[in-house]
Amino acid sequence: MKTKLLGLAAAFAMTLGAASAEAKTKACFVYVGPVGDHGWTYQHDQGRLVVEKELGDDVETAYVENVAEGPDAERAIERLARDGCNIIFTTSFGYMEATLKVAKKFKDVKFEHATGYKRADNVSTYNAKFHEGRYIIGQIAAKTSKSGIAGYIVSFPIPEVVSGINAFMLGAQSINPDFKVKVVWVNSWYDPGKEADAAKVLFSQGADIITQHTDSTAPLQIAAEKGAMGFGQASDMIAFAPKTQMTAIVDDWSGYYVSRVKAVMDGTWKSEDTWGGIDSGMVGMAPMTNMPDDVAKMAMETLEKIKSHELNPFTGPITKQDGTVVGEAGKPLDDGAVLGMNWYVKGIDDKLPQ
Amino acid sequence: MGALEAVILTIITASTPLLLAAIGELVVERSGVLNLGVEGMMVMGAVCGFAVSYSTGSPYLGVLAAIAAGVFMSLLFGFLTLTLVANQVATGLALTLLGLGLSGLIGESFVGLPGVKLTALAIPGLSQIPFIGPILFGQDILVYASFALVAAVSYVMFKTRTGLIIRAIGDNHTSAHALGYGVIPVRYACVMFGGACAGLSGGYLSLAYTPQWIENMTGGRGWIALALVVFSTWLPKRVAIGAYLFGAVWIMGLYVQAAGVGIPSQFLSSLPYLVTIVALVIISGNKTLSRVNTPACIGQSFVPDR
Amino acid sequence: MKLILEKRAEHSQKMAVLSPLIAIALTVLVGGIIFAVRGLNPFYALYIYFIDPVMSLWSIEQLVVKATPLILIGVGLAICFTANVWNIGAEGQLTMGAVFGGLLPVMFPEFQSPLVMPLMLLLGVIGGMAYAAIPALLKNRFGANEILTSLMLVYVAGFILDWLVRGPWRDPMGFNFPKTVTFDGWQLLPTFGGTIHMGAVLAVVAVVVLAVVMGRTLKGFEILVLGNAPRAGAFAGFSRTKIVLFSFLLSGGLAGLAGIGEVMSTVGQLQPTISPGYGFTAIIVAFLGRLNPIGVLFAGLMLGISYLGGEAAQVTLGMSDKIAKVFQGILLFFILACDSMILYRIRLITGAKPQAAPAE
Repeated sequence: MKTKLLGLAAAFAMTLGAASAEAKTKACFVYVGPVGDHGWTYQHDQGRLVVEKELGDDVETAYVENVAEGPDAERAIERLARDGCNIIFTTSFGYMEATLKVAKKFKDVKFEHATGYKRADNVSTYNAKFHEGRYIIGQIAAKTSKSGIAGYIVSFPIPEVVSGINAFMLGAQSINPDFKVKVVWVNSWYDPGKEADAAKVLFSQGADIITQHTDSTAPLQIAAEKGAMGFGQASDMIAFAPKTQMTAIVDDWSGYYVSRVKAVMDGTWKSEDTWGGIDSGMVGMAPMTNMPDDVAKMAMETLEKIKSHELNPFTGPITKQDGTVVGEAGKPLDDGAVLGMNWYVKGIDDKLPQ
Repeated sequence: MGALEAVILTIITASTPLLLAAIGELVVERSGVLNLGVEGMMVMGAVCGFAVSYSTGSPYLGVLAAIAAGVFMSLLFGFLTLTLVANQVATGLALTLLGLGLSGLIGESFVGLPGVKLTALAIPGLSQIPFIGPILFGQDILVYASFALVAAVSYVMFKTRTGLIIRAIGDNHTSAHALGYGVIPVRYACVMFGGACAGLSGGYLSLAYTPQWIENMTGGRGWIALALVVFSTWLPKRVAIGAYLFGAVWIMGLYVQAAGVGIPSQFLSSLPYLVTIVALVIISGNKTLSRVNTPACIGQSFVPDR
Repeated sequence: MKLILEKRAEHSQKMAVLSPLIAIALTVLVGGIIFAVRGLNPFYALYIYFIDPVMSLWSIEQLVVKATPLILIGVGLAICFTANVWNIGAEGQLTMGAVFGGLLPVMFPEFQSPLVMPLMLLLGVIGGMAYAAIPALLKNRFGANEILTSLMLVYVAGFILDWLVRGPWRDPMGFNFPKTVTFDGWQLLPTFGGTIHMGAVLAVVAVVVLAVVMGRTLKGFEILVLGNAPRAGAFAGFSRTKIVLFSFLLSGGLAGLAGIGEVMSTVGQLQPTISPGYGFTAIIVAFLGRLNPIGVLFAGLMLGISYLGGEAAQVTLGMSDKIAKVFQGILLFFILACDSMILYRIRLITGAKPQAAPAE
């Protein structure tokens, strides 16, 4: 009796659920935050929407949001794999081990792990060279700042954040060797209130330009109030600060997502490591505004140079905070050194937690 | 603007949401009810305030909507804990869960939209006074409201008959009932007041502090407000002191960082919580201070024995 | 017209059984309406939510794994709350349990022996207990409100873990990402068929032991008396301060065990987030289980189902995580509301003079 009931219920579920899923490629996403964070997760979800739009009826997407890194990650990923997803994007560093574990069990499913470094036959990794954008805004900051001090609001000391700070500083130093960067850690990816407080503190300590590696628009809004300048983060935030945002570093995953899902459809998908920069479109720059023409011109030139690989922000020799020098003259640091960066360049007014 | 003035202004804006929510919860707890759902009411206030101000273009309508949302949530809590005598701790936690979910749902279409900022309303003349002018008289209406609420709650609670009744009910609902006071109606009123204040506090976040909506933007401030109430030993003036102290410790932590002192930021971030614990211990250790003021019936349900 | 509660002479056995059923029926009704309003097939949505999580072996395994920490913590809190001691900081005790237990594999990664597993579990319990002792001592020594001190310590524990995994305990081979070395061998809990781990057994043991303690022993009686009638307890010679310390150590130890259990199974290393708020959810579990150890067992599974169902609904129906949260909130509200019918009779009074209430 019991089994009969269970069987009935299952059949009921099948008829309702599986009818529409024939022959479509299913692309699935695991998000660490809510899609409404207007930052990291939001931008990934924008990428998902573009996949839906561009590939139309051939593709179906699904996502799970707010999946904490840790106990829930493996289950959420495996659920998607069991649910018939053909390719699964896991969009936070903390999903690395979970992604690999599930990938071992589901050899036919393709996995894409953002910001990690462990791969397998069916696991690719991808990340963006956001530090390229940060080098450019560092130059803009040094050109336009009157006080010669920039404020930098940051979340957590992971290598990506640290290399961002360094790239910003190197960009600034290429214009003004005495440029100063003040760093404040708020220990949160997005908490508008805390970010606003940090911005106010930085302005009162002499900064007249602000940048951030946190997701909310609050620092820009505070900059607007104080008549200072700033940069957008993750998305173009010009609507929040029309006279204040000079440009923004935009996370644009859509191109990558479309191409990877297409590769699954064509059967050309291979495990690889993608580290896309400005050249790949993964790192986008919002239009340069609210700055003198010559500064905008310089910024565009730098952008083009980076795009054509003529310029690499991390070209040696680079002097670290402790005075030691890394990198050979004229040669860029290798990828590993950038991906695992845990030191500051000289001149940054902060100590890294060791 | 002097450096000290800037510091104080920053502290005030950081502390105001805590103060608003805490002063409301103080009244709730004085009446003998413990509502742990402050975070949920706050986040609903934030989203409703933003939604209405964005749709109508008027931040003041937004403020009203934030209050209404807080009251609505508090009525849910009141119905469960006062009418149906459900456990207050569990209901409060469920209220927070519901508030976080519901606000996300309501706010779905408002993510990434710039809000209308509740601008400062400088009081002519007074705001020109050096130093204290901008601090006391150059703020937005919600900061004034927080000042006024502290004064008003302090007055009503200790100088009026209403306050006496509320305190009597919080201290011993059985005898207050025997004396003919309506325990349940008074508690309803207090719970709604708490909801209004929490809603207002959420509205402050999404309308004045950082005019935008993103999910979970209250970031745990409701919990801190709850701590402040105990920290204050249920005295309105000390709620204000506590809120500003908490804000000051947090802001000073940022200053220390910006100055480039190499203290782990995690330590600085946890400092306000440690300070609250230490203050709690000091105040609780002083028996005369705490005993007198602690509402004896806090967290206990009441069913009238007609 | 007025809604009036009348105290029943004794607990209604009938309502004790009926109330969760009524609550679920009401939730299903309201939930169905919400789903329909959002343009979803309400029957299918409810099926996904409640039935789907128990329809496949995989899903049932996941349910047990998810419920394990909830039950471990919830059963300790149930005792604590029964004694009228309010430990709200189980999340912090969980974190410290994970930190203490994680000490071994992080400091001595090469140390592999059958001893490692029990040692780590023991350290986890000690960590949770030690951290829970702080609010207990502050309460007993200074009278500081334990709800707030324990809650504040949650944040502090989070920052301690954060500092450790980003600083001194960082995996030297991990490209400076915030995580420790991954655990393996004896540093992980043995599993039954790959998913369900030994923590589940420990949870059941904890439930049974505590059910016996509460029902059959003097200690259980002491807890009940001090919780419900503190003055009578004092007359009986029971010590309030001792019971505060006992409750905190018990619930903290179990939370610590849950923490190290998670780290030794689902997470497999220390990292900034090791729990999606189990310590807080367990408070709800304790209440849903009516502060009864056996009840907590079912409540833990029930909450587990609602989480898994919410996740399944996201994937299968494209329903947002927020609806799942709202749905959970409503479910909790109804359960809490219906529970009062066990102790009280609800009457609608329409103007007429109220009848005499039964004696208390």
